[in-house]
Order: sequence, then structure tokens, then C-alpha cells
Amino acid sequence: MNTIALIPLFPLLSATLLIMSAGRMPRHIAATIGAGSVGLSAICVALLARDFLADGQVLELTLWTWMSVGDFAPRIAFYIDGLSIVMMSVITGVGFLIHLYSIEFMWEDESICRYFTYMNLFVAAMLLLVMADNLLLLYLGWEGVGVCSYLLVGFWYKDSANGAAARKAFIVTRIGDTAMALGLFLLLTELGTLDIQPMMIAANSQWQTGDALPVLATALLLGGAVGKSAQLPLHTWLPDAMAGPTPVSALIHAATMVTAGVYLIARTYGLFLLAPPTMEAVAWIGLATLLIAGFTALAQNDIKRILAYSTISQIGYMFLALGVGAFASGIFHLMTHAFFKALLFLAAGAVIHCLHHEHNIFRMGGLRTRLPIVFLSFFIGSAALAALPFTSGFYSKDAILLSAWALEDIGPWLWAGGLLGALLTSIYSFRLVFIVFFGEAKTEPDRQPGWKMAGPLLLLCLLSLVGGWFALPLAGVFPAAAEHTVNHAVEWISIGTPLLGLLLAYLMFLGGQLSVDKMVASSGARALRDFWFSGWRIDQLYDVLWVTPYKKISYWMRNEPVDAIYNGIVAANQWAHHRLLVLQNGELRWYATTMVVGLILLLAVMLRNAP
Amino acid sequence: MMLELIMLLLAGGVVAWQSERFNPNLPRWIAMATVILGMLLLLSTISGIPADTFNMVTEPSKAENWLLYSRHEWIPRFGISLELGMDGLSLLMLILTLALGAIAIVSSWNEIEFNPGLFQANLLWTLTGVIGVFLALDLFLFFLFWEVMLIPMYLLIAIWGHENRGYAAMKFFIFTQVSGLLMLLSIIVLAVQGAGDGDISFSYGDLLGSAPTGKAGMLTMLGFFLAFTVKLPGFPFHTWLPDAHTQAPTAGSVLLAGILLKTGAYGLLRFCIPLFPEASMQFAPIAMTLGTVGIIYGAVLAFAQSDFKRLVAYSSVSHMGFVLLGLYAWNSLALQGAIMQMVAHGVSTAALFMMAGALQHRLHTRDMNRMGGLWYNAPRMGACAMFFAVASLGLPGMGNFVAEFLVLAGLFAVSPWMTAAAAIGLITAAIYSLWLMQKTFQGKPDEERKLQDFDRREMGAMVIMMAALLWLGLYPQPVFDLTQPVLEGLQPLIVNVPETLAGNIPGGTP
Repeated sequence: MNTIALIPLFPLLSATLLIMSAGRMPRHIAATIGAGSVGLSAICVALLARDFLADGQVLELTLWTWMSVGDFAPRIAFYIDGLSIVMMSVITGVGFLIHLYSIEFMWEDESICRYFTYMNLFVAAMLLLVMADNLLLLYLGWEGVGVCSYLLVGFWYKDSANGAAARKAFIVTRIGDTAMALGLFLLLTELGTLDIQPMMIAANSQWQTGDALPVLATALLLGGAVGKSAQLPLHTWLPDAMAGPTPVSALIHAATMVTAGVYLIARTYGLFLLAPPTMEAVAWIGLATLLIAGFTALAQNDIKRILAYSTISQIGYMFLALGVGAFASGIFHLMTHAFFKALLFLAAGAVIHCLHHEHNIFRMGGLRTRLPIVFLSFFIGSAALAALPFTSGFYSKDAILLSAWALEDIGPWLWAGGLLGALLTSIYSFRLVFIVFFGEAKTEPDRQPGWKMAGPLLLLCLLSLVGGWFALPLAGVFPAAAEHTVNHAVEWISIGTPLLGLLLAYLMFLGGQLSVDKMVASSGARALRDFWFSGWRIDQLYDVLWVTPYKKISYWMRNEPVDAIYNGIVAANQWAHHRLLVLQNGELRWYATTMVVGLILLLAVMLRNAP
Repeated sequence: MMLELIMLLLAGGVVAWQSERFNPNLPRWIAMATVILGMLLLLSTISGIPADTFNMVTEPSKAENWLLYSRHEWIPRFGISLELGMDGLSLLMLILTLALGAIAIVSSWNEIEFNPGLFQANLLWTLTGVIGVFLALDLFLFFLFWEVMLIPMYLLIAIWGHENRGYAAMKFFIFTQVSGLLMLLSIIVLAVQGAGDGDISFSYGDLLGSAPTGKAGMLTMLGFFLAFTVKLPGFPFHTWLPDAHTQAPTAGSVLLAGILLKTGAYGLLRFCIPLFPEASMQFAPIAMTLGTVGIIYGAVLAFAQSDFKRLVAYSSVSHMGFVLLGLYAWNSLALQGAIMQMVAHGVSTAALFMMAGALQHRLHTRDMNRMGGLWYNAPRMGACAMFFAVASLGLPGMGNFVAEFLVLAGLFAVSPWMTAAAAIGLITAAIYSLWLMQKTFQGKPDEERKLQDFDRREMGAMVIMMAALLWLGLYPQPVFDLTQPVLEGLQPLIVNVPETLAGNIPGGTP
């Protein structure tokens, strides 16, 4: 037993304690245990990372053999390399800040104990996901975070709408998870193991690049990734998942869980490299998602929904990076996104917290002077999100766009699409900043965030600014990317686009030189805005295609159609019973007659058969 | 030991029945004591068996390889004897039976006011029959226990059931009885024709490998298959189950779902497939199709129910489809998965029925439209319900996941398309399980509602079942080790496995 095992154990133990207290634990103790356990994990991760940066030694730890059936013997075992370290640092580091923030945010909630139970369970499951040395344990973490997400989205269970959002989140991701499970069956059947490193070696020796099997296997894994990371076509759950408490959105639906799909693809990159068609699909899915979500974000009013669509869009960038083979850039963007998106969500949470649970950005305004720390946070977060020069988001997004450009054939198209997305990102980010923090005040805040909220905000501000300078220890994980020379025009365009977006946003939402009202004056433009507002009507489409038919079929069948067969047998028996009953009428004459007739018939038969 | 165990439960039933004359609270204590005594008897016996015996492959036709074996003459004229044998599989099933028997008694602790003595007696007699089924090696004896199990269960439903108990009990009885009759015919055919010119024998060991071939073999096999699939229950012979479950008293539902259904699966694994290897493998595609259809059909119907118990009953139909799939895929992964499903489903469904019973006892309704927001009134119940709901949808870390994963992983080597179809069940299970939680514990609470939360007795039972599911989910190896030698003995009986069935799954070579 060493520190590796302790990392997921701390939050797990804390959750167990909280469960056993059955909600009777005083809230300050519950909060201390809940946040403290994640803090302890973070310290362990930091120690681990320090050692790893010093010697670069990949660590493996087997706790026990999970099961052993035939040759299939997955273990409860960890495999810690640079990729895992990055993920663990994000999960425990950002996770701890969000737990700390939660103490203040959730203080007045009657179920704070239950809240920290779920949050701790989530952290433990998420850690298992990124530490697992085999895909089955990864799947355990994968489903575990799914359930915790379900529990936390539906945390305020008294409102059925929250329950519906929670179920949607779970079921939609479950569709992807089922595809992923099939992928695991395929890999197990063909390669004989689910241990990730041996599996990738076996795949390399058994399969040729472009074979049908690796394409199929990776496509199935991609299904899981698409569901979990809210990419097209399974992205519809994420905006609704904003029904949960805001710190939950920051932790699960921005910084960690939704990026699990990116992690999965990066973790099994050896398989994906054998399947160029899947890789291309990853890139196109990423591009389509980032554009569609970007347009949708432009038209939203709910502060959290804007951020949710922005998350979908940013994960689209990560998929784009993975798809063009720039795995390290994808993970880099994952990390910087975790910083600035957690920051944005926490800042949004502070706004909501101080403004009596107001979500509509058009009922906010002028908060720049009233909530200065929140404004600072939001501004820095938005700058990083929009990838303004020298923020963390700038470095990671720039790396992705340049990698896309360098790809042959489709590269420039992906680059151009990504650039358009960057423009959109910049516009919707600063639209949010200008509407919420500038202009006239519409709602007065009734409180200021305390240190437990302000502290994490300021730390995340710092990380969002300098996060781009971290050198991630990913050199040993992924194959070295080919050095490509990029012409400077491309680089300048990448840098200039977010600034153009900022300018446009200023002209439209602050300066007033460009009027949005005039733009949507025509009915066509209004229809387009409504179309975007509805999220391209994808929810309605799925309702018609899946949800309503399932409900209807289920409703029609509710009274057991198969029973019709058995009821038919019963009816036939009863019918025969009534016919035959006539014979038994209690009349002696009738009995005598039938006996005589029977006798005559019998005699006739016997005579006929006589020789 | 085996005869003693059966006699103990039988006698315990009689004592419990008569003890009612002295004190109406006495029978439940006596029933509990009987089950605990039985468990102690079992544990003390197996602790006396040398450890390496558990690793020996159980060759079914050799008496010396069973963990326990006993044979007494009964009707020598027809080759019928009291032949009992216990291997790892039977042992596992016995432990499950006694444990869930205790849970069933706990779950009806305060529920029964009418004739509590006879109630507990019927409960113990049902257990007697089930244990007999899991131990009998003589097919005539097996059939006897198969019927013995039925009658007390019928009485439990018909006397202590809910509003529509007469219909449900009769339906249960007729389905089981008719299919049991077909099995009796098959047993007789098998015994008589297997004898050739020698003596008639009903002994399992003698009958192995003596099945008729061709059409006769198929027909004889179908007799067994029907009896076991009705009990399992497999689609489309499942329609007795939702009625029986819904109408049965809580303890009856727990026993039905937890144990009685498993006798069907056990019968398929122990008798139907090994006795008729050729016919079974011919029939496998149909059986697997029925399993897949059952998984989805059960899940779709579960979603449409508004009766808590009916919903759980249909979820059983869905889950038992995995057992059918696993058994007929017939490789190590799938078979171990099917066995794990028997155990895990037994525990998780027993817990859900106990939950349903507790709610009905308190709210006097099973209609979920009249529940909602119960978490507010009874958070402990809510947390337990949430645990077993996610167990039922196959959350990794719990036994049900291990079971379903192994079944599907094993099946994939046999038929990827069938696997893909069955995997849809993973999605539909999430839909009904979460809907169950929404309708009962989530949503707008009635803050005036008085709802007694789980007390210590109920919490104790729940915690034991949760611990069991987590143990099965995180360290299922003891169960696999127990049954591995049994499967190694059974798997070679199927020699004509089609090429696709052999597959290239690791360890899947039959």
C-alpha cells in the first residue's frame, strides 16, 4: 500500500463516513471531511507528480485480481504515467477548489451532507477512471461518474424537472456507454485482454492500419466517448444537466467528467492510430460539434446554458485535436479548459448566488462595480476561453489549430472551421461579459462572496492566466508529433480571430454600433435565432424519433400482449366446457338415449370390423 | 447432512405451524431459528470437507467427485433412489436459498396477522422443496421436490396475497403444473429408453449421455426446457410472474424472485443442457433469441407499469433473459456470468421486493402514482432504493454488472449481433430503474405524509444485501472458484459445439 492507493481512497472513505452518518453529521464537520479528503488526495497527487517529474518512472500498482474466469483476469490495478498524472492533478486540484467553494455555496442547503457524499464519490470514481490500468476498471469509473452525475444533477429532487434532466443525462450517456461496452467485448474477444498497454501491443501485432476490426472497435469506443463528452449526436444532455448546483456543473460538467471521452481516446491512442477512418470521424465530429454548439451559445439567455454550450464546443476542439493526431494538444486544451471553464462556472455560480438564483443574463447587468472579484474572474475566464493572446486558452487552442492546418487534404478545412469556431467563441464569451457586467444594473446583489468562494476564484484566475506555460509530462505517452513549419500568415490569423470576435462583441453588445435588434428584424433572421436558441431542434428531433415512440410502445404493451395467447386457451376451454355441459343435464331420458345411441354406434363399428 | 438439512426445514415448518397455539409471535422466531440452524449445519459440514476437494473437477457421472454424496434405496423396482449430491454449484445455491430465506422471514416480520404459524410453515416448506431441487440427483426425486416447492408457494399467494390473489395463485399453479407434467413425461421417456435392456434408472449419472437422438431427443429435451423456462421465466412463458409477484405477500415475492426463479436456471444448467447436448445445441439459437427478446420485452413493459411490484417483476423477466443467453452460449465467461446473475439478481430483486413490501405496509398502496418525493419523508429508504435501483441497472462495482458483462462478453464470441441486441437491455434497464426512483422517492414530496423510515431490523437486512452485492461486484472470485470445477465437469459433455460456439474467446474453448 502506498500513496497511489490513498489517492482515491480518501474521498471514498469520506463518502462512506458521510453515508454512515445518515445525514446527522453537523454541517461544519461534513464540509470539513468532504473538502478535506479531496485536499488530502490533492497533496498525495502533488507528491506523486513531483517524483514523476524528477524520474519519469511509470508507476504500477496492483491491489487485487478483480476476477479470473478462463484467461480473462482483469485486476484492480493502477497505471500511472504522465497522462494519468495530468488528469489526476486536474481532478484533485480543481476538484479541491470546487469543494472548498461548495462549502459556502451549499451552506444553507438542508442536504449538505448528501451533497458532499455524492461529490466525494464522484471524485473517487473519476480518479479510478484515469488511474485504471485496464478498460474494465476504467469502465467502472466511467459508469460511476455517470451515476454521480445523475445524482448531482437531480440533487434538488423535489422539482421533477431536475429529475428529468438527471435521467436524460444518464440515459443519453448510457447509450454511448453501451456502444463502448460492445467495443470492450470486441477487444476482449479479438485481443484476449483489456489491460490497456498489453492490449495496444497486441493490436499492433495482430492488426494492420486500416483493418476493419480496429475501425469497428475504435468506432464503438468513440460511441462511449461521444456520449460522455457531450459531442454530436449525443450532446443533448449537457445543457439540461445545468439543473444541478453550479459547483457540480463546474466540476463534473466542465472540468472533469465530460472530458473523460477525450481521455479515453488519448489513453487508447494506439488503437485509434490503427483506424484512420475513425480518426477522421473524430475530427469531423469535433468540428461539427464545436460549430453547432458555438452558434447555439450565441442565442441563449441562461448564463449556465451559455457556458454549457461553450463546454460542448470546447470539447469539440479537443476532439478535433485528437482526430488530427495531436493527442498532447488535446490533453493540453483539456487542462487549460478545466481551469478557465471551472473559473467561469464558479464565477457564474457566485453571480447566481449573490443575485437570488437569477439565471437570465438580461436581468443582470452592471455587476462590474458591484461584484468586482467576480467580474475579474469572469473577465479572465472569458479571455482564456476566447483564447486572447497570452492567456492559457490561447496556447492550447493555437496548438490545435496549427496541428489541424498541418494535416494533409482535409487539414485546411478543419483549420478554417476551427477558426470560425474561435470567432464564435470570442463573440459569445464577451457578449456574456458585456451584458452581465456592464450597462445598467437590473438586479442588486444581496451579498458578496466570502473567502471560501473568492479564494478558489482567484486561484483559478491565476491558473487560467499561467496554465499555458506548464509543460505537460506527456512526452513518453504519445508518439512524438512531426515537426511542421507553419507559415506566419496562418499563425497571425489564428491570433487575430479572437480579437476580431472581441471587437464584434463590443460593437454589438456594449458600443451599440451594431444593433442585434436590427439584425433579427427580418423573419428569416428571427427564425434562425430561434433555431439556434432551441439548439438546432435536436431535442425535438429525438423526442419524435425515440422518446415518444418508446413511451407509446411501452404504453400500448403495458397490459401484457403475450397473455392474449393464454387467455385464448382459457377462452377455448370455456367454450368447450359450455358446449359439453349441455350433455350433463340431469335428465334420465337423455342419459338413456345417449347410452343406447352409443351402444348402437359401438356395435356398428364392431360389426363392420368383423371378419 | 443433506437429508438432515431437508428434514430440519420440513420439521421446522411443522413446529412453527403448531407453535402458533401458544403465542402468535412464536412461529417467526422458530422459522428464523430453523433457517439459521440450517445455515450452521451447512457451514459446519462444508468446513469439514478438505479444502482441495473444492478444486476437483466434478465429473457428474462419478459419485466420488461430489463434495457430498449420498444414496439410499427407495423404489428399487423402478431404479428410483434417494440420491443426493452437492457440488460447488449446489452449495452456492443452498447458501443463497438459506440467506434469502432469512431475509424473507425478516421482511414479513410484522406483516402477517392471519395464521402466522401456517404462513411460516409454508415458507419453510417452500425452502425445503427448493433445497431438495438443488440437491436431488435422482430425476424422480428431483421431480418430487419440484412439485413440493410449488404447493406451499401456491398457498402463500392464495391465502396471504393481495386483492387479486386467487387469480394470480391459480395462474402460477397452472403454468408450473402443466410444464412440470411435460417434464415428468420427458423424465419417464429418458429413464425407460435410457435403460435399453438393462434396469431402469432415474439416476443422473446413469442417464447422462443416454439421451435419444434426432427428433425424439429434441422433443424430450423440450419437456425439460419448457418446465425450466416457465420457472425462469423466459419469454413468452413469463406471464404468470408479474401476477404472482404482484399479489404475493412480501416474503412470497422475495422467495419467488430470489430463489424459485433460480431453480429454473439451475435445471437448465444441471439437467436440460447436459442430458441433451445435441438437441440443446441445435436449439441454442432459439433459446438465445428468446433470451434476447425477453431482455428487451421485460424492460419495455417494466417502464410502463405503475405498480411498484409489477415493475420489479418485469425487471426480473428482463434480467433472467441474460441467464438464458449465458447458459446457451456455453463458454466459461458466459456460464460464470449466468451463475453470477442468478446470485446477484436474487439479492438485488429480493431487496427491491422487500422495499415494495415495506412501502405497501406503510402506505397501503403499490401504485406509484400515489407516491413521489418519499425521500423527504424517509431518507434511509430512499438511499436503499437508490442503491438497489442502480444495482439493477448494472452499475459496475455490483454483482449484477459482473454477471451481465461476463454473459455478454462470452456471448460476443458466439454471436456479436445477438450481443448487440441484448446490450440494448443495458439502456432500457436504466430507463425503468431511474423511472422507478422518480415516481417513488423523487419529485414533489407530501410534507404532511407520515412515513415510518426503515427501522433497525429492516436496515440490517438491507445493509447485508448491499454488502453482498458490493462483494460480488468487487471480489466475485470466491463464487467463480466454487463453480469453476463444476463447469469444467459439465462443459466437456457438449462435444458437438458448432464452430461459431467454440469461438476464440480466451478460456472459452468448451
